[in-house]
Amino acid sequence: MAALTRRLLRPVHTLGKFVMLMAQAVSSIGEVSMYRKNLISQMTKIGIESLPIVSLAAFFSGAVMTVQTAYQMTGPFVPKSVIGSIVAPTMILELGVVGMAFVLAGRVGARIAAELGTMRVSDQIDALEVMGLNSVAYLILPRVLAGVIMFPVLYVAACTIGVGGGIVAADVGGYLSAEAFVQGAQMYFNPFDPFFGLIKAFVFGFLITSISCYKGYYTSGGAEGVGDATTEAAVASCVFMLFADLLLAAAFL
Amino acid sequence: MIQAENLHKRFGALDVLTGATLEVRDGETLAIIGRSGSGKSVLLKHLVGLLTPDEGRVLVDGTDINAISYEHLRTLRHQFGVLFQGGALFDSMTALGNVAFPLRTFTDEPEEEVRRRAEEALARVRLQGTAPKKPAALSGGQRKRVALARAITLEPRYLLYDEPTCGLDPQTSNTINDLINDLADDLNITSIVITHDMHSVLAIADRAALIHDGVIHWSGPTGAFAESDDEVLLDFVRANEYQIGVPSPTSKNGARERNGEKQLAGGVPVS
Ligand SMILES: Nc1ncnc2c1ncn2[C@@H]1O[C@H](COP(=O)(O)OP(=O)(O)OP(=O)(O)O)[C@@H](O)[C@H]1O
Ligand SMILES: [Mg+2]
Repeated sequence: MAALTRRLLRPVHTLGKFVMLMAQAVSSIGEVSMYRKNLISQMTKIGIESLPIVSLAAFFSGAVMTVQTAYQMTGPFVPKSVIGSIVAPTMILELGVVGMAFVLAGRVGARIAAELGTMRVSDQIDALEVMGLNSVAYLILPRVLAGVIMFPVLYVAACTIGVGGGIVAADVGGYLSAEAFVQGAQMYFNPFDPFFGLIKAFVFGFLITSISCYKGYYTSGGAEGVGDATTEAAVASCVFMLFADLLLAAAFL
Repeated sequence: MIQAENLHKRFGALDVLTGATLEVRDGETLAIIGRSGSGKSVLLKHLVGLLTPDEGRVLVDGTDINAISYEHLRTLRHQFGVLFQGGALFDSMTALGNVAFPLRTFTDEPEEEVRRRAEEALARVRLQGTAPKKPAALSGGQRKRVALARAITLEPRYLLYDEPTCGLDPQTSNTINDLINDLADDLNITSIVITHDMHSVLAIADRAALIHDGVIHWSGPTGAFAESDDEVLLDFVRANEYQIGVPSPTSKNGARERNGEKQLAGGVPVS
């Protein structure tokens, strides 16, 4: 009975610990000198260095979606520009941001968890604390901040390149001209869509970095523990991201 | 002065500390000895607030470190230097970067002064040449010495060492023991040294405290080992003696060389 209660309470306990950690991070936000340098380096690592892979993924998903939509829309009564009307909003609302976040859960999340986990098991975090440093402000805050700042930036790049990929595929593949594509995209353009995408990018940026920081910061059990933390960070990031995606869609659309 | 009063700590079903009481006097070097897994590292982490006791308190110059705010605790920690068992060097920084880190973080000194002081600290542990190397390129003993240099850059009042000579060859161990002695003398540091190694205890410590069954089972001046009739202490000393003091047929040379430790070899009867 007691064991069962404990198992049922585990998620509550974990959530409490997570919230406490984030609360400590947020309450340290005034100690700018503690994390300024790390924030810049994390923005470079999370943002700039992710740009190539995010662009690649976005370009190809835009291109593939265009080819597939063209393949499905072959009826004589459907104007070709519909392809643009489908590809662009999908890219902006869902594919651009979710696809990007999946790539980054692996690239950014796993990296954060492995880095912090290694620091934990080799006593480096304790060493920071013992010097009188606020390890949460020094390690966690800059990573989470870099995430919520850089994910929206990457999202803008991903969308632009994704739609660009669609236009290139449409043109080169001979399905429709770039002008027709853009015209179709403009026809059903809703200014709320990119705004909603930005919100999603912000939320995903928070989820991926904070979950990975949590997993890494509380790693135990040596090299094996670091391996576990890394895997769990990537998996948990993806799962919570999908839930958040659904919740946000239900709330805003 | 550091005082631990009646510390209790339990991890799940495991009672590690069950009423440990300890006093560290200013200026002394205290060795904490005990078998592997007896809770030495756990006790040490309590002394700097890295672990919170389930019961009992830790007083640093009369201040209960678990009753103060986190900000206050951080200020108080500036008085401490800790040498972790594996060194705990930041592997993204060079040796010099590691040693300079506390200075860059906690002082406003100009870069040249930071470098000068960091190099001075490295020179103190006789590692001038390693300044540009990353921790991965250092040996275990070098890493410990760099960590020691890092721990002393801000001139702490208390230095805590977790097994500083564990896993090192006898010469390197002696170098580290000498360093601990030098630092205690030159900088007037109060030192707490966890060790398995009786040779180190006799070389550096004024007093020793033996942890056993979750409590400080015995404590006293190192010179009192010989007169003690405490069975647990004698067991511990004898086990060490067997290792380092008595020439055995299998390890003639090494054992004879280190047999110079007369206090130990002559002091305690070997059964
Ligand atoms: N964070 C923790 N969670 C659970 N158990 C722990 C934790 N830290 C220590 N222990 C347990 O407490 C006991 C004492 O550990 P401690 O590291 O203090 O031993 P030690 O005396 O330093 O041993 P050694 O000489 O081998 O370093 C061990 O059984 C260890 O498994
Ligand atoms: Mg230990």
